Amino acid sequence: MSDVARNSFKNALKVAFKLSLPVLTGYWFLGITYGVLAESMGFSYWYPLSMAVFIFSGSAEFLGLGMLAANFNPLAAASMALVVGARHLFYGVSMLDRYKGMGWRKPFLIFWLTDETFAVNYNAREATATEMLLVSFLDYFYWISGGFMGYMFGSLLKFDIHGLEFVVTAMFTAIFMDQFLKEKELRPAWIGIGCTAVSLFVVGSQYFVIPAMIGILLMLTAFRKKLEPSYFEEARK
Amino acid sequence: MTSQQQIITIVILAVITFMTRALPFIVFPAGKPTPKYIQYLGKALPLAVFGMLVVYCLKDVQWLEGSHGIPEILGIAAVVLMHLWRRQLFLSMAVGTAVYMILIRVMV
Repeated sequence: MSDVARNSFKNALKVAFKLSLPVLTGYWFLGITYGVLAESMGFSYWYPLSMAVFIFSGSAEFLGLGMLAANFNPLAAASMALVVGARHLFYGVSMLDRYKGMGWRKPFLIFWLTDETFAVNYNAREATATEMLLVSFLDYFYWISGGFMGYMFGSLLKFDIHGLEFVVTAMFTAIFMDQFLKEKELRPAWIGIGCTAVSLFVVGSQYFVIPAMIGILLMLTAFRKKLEPSYFEEARK
Repeated sequence: MTSQQQIITIVILAVITFMTRALPFIVFPAGKPTPKYIQYLGKALPLAVFGMLVVYCLKDVQWLEGSHGIPEILGIAAVVLMHLWRRQLFLSMAVGTAVYMILIRVMV
């Protein structure tokens, strides 16, 4: 690597680290919880670790621990993965444009596309390809190392960090506000909040995501004529 | 469960999770023009999705018991107000999280 390339990589790493800091806090907290749980259920370290490495989706991994402890049921595993993973479809559609022309980075950007990585990378409008890749990689590293720490040293944790997991909610809210203040067309925000809240109330906390997603799609489709012009005006500028 | 069955379970979870991430990129490859409708969704969805994520974080709140979700609602309100005031991501997050952590300790 030349000096110039090394310097620009260093800078990108610095930018990516700053962008990913809230994810570091959230993932270490949740990762430690995940590692502690896996250890307390009597799994050898290999199970939580291979799930963290190959699945890299907190919600699927927490449910996975339960599945590994129960009877073998591949169909249930598949449908559960589909239910909790469905929201990724929306992240993909939202990132189609941003992740264009990424070359060799693209498979990694896709594999590492979690809720938090999507939120950070989408909100960082000026981020370069390398910075987005590094944010994604750092998030992956935080999650795996958090799980590892929880598994190995969880029982030694003495200080009271209860409630720190709220940083994830705070991050989504702050990014929501950031987007809300940037956008001209605000109705999708109300559609997203409304559909999800109604679905959570009606269907309950286990299966509300897919109905909420369907509701959002239907509403956005129904109001397309009204909403669409504002986005294409923006594109013409 | 045998260890073979455990490996199969992990593989199923990994493959399907990856598919949910990859599907949009496979169906709408970068080389081909993306349909107008999908382009529109790409623009309109993010704000809806961020709204969805905020509500998603409240899924396990017990509204009728304990602290009735007051720490969560006030924590979120703190983030919103801080962001309207200073518009700095970290500051908003830190204040919101602090408000939440204090409230869950003083409200029993």
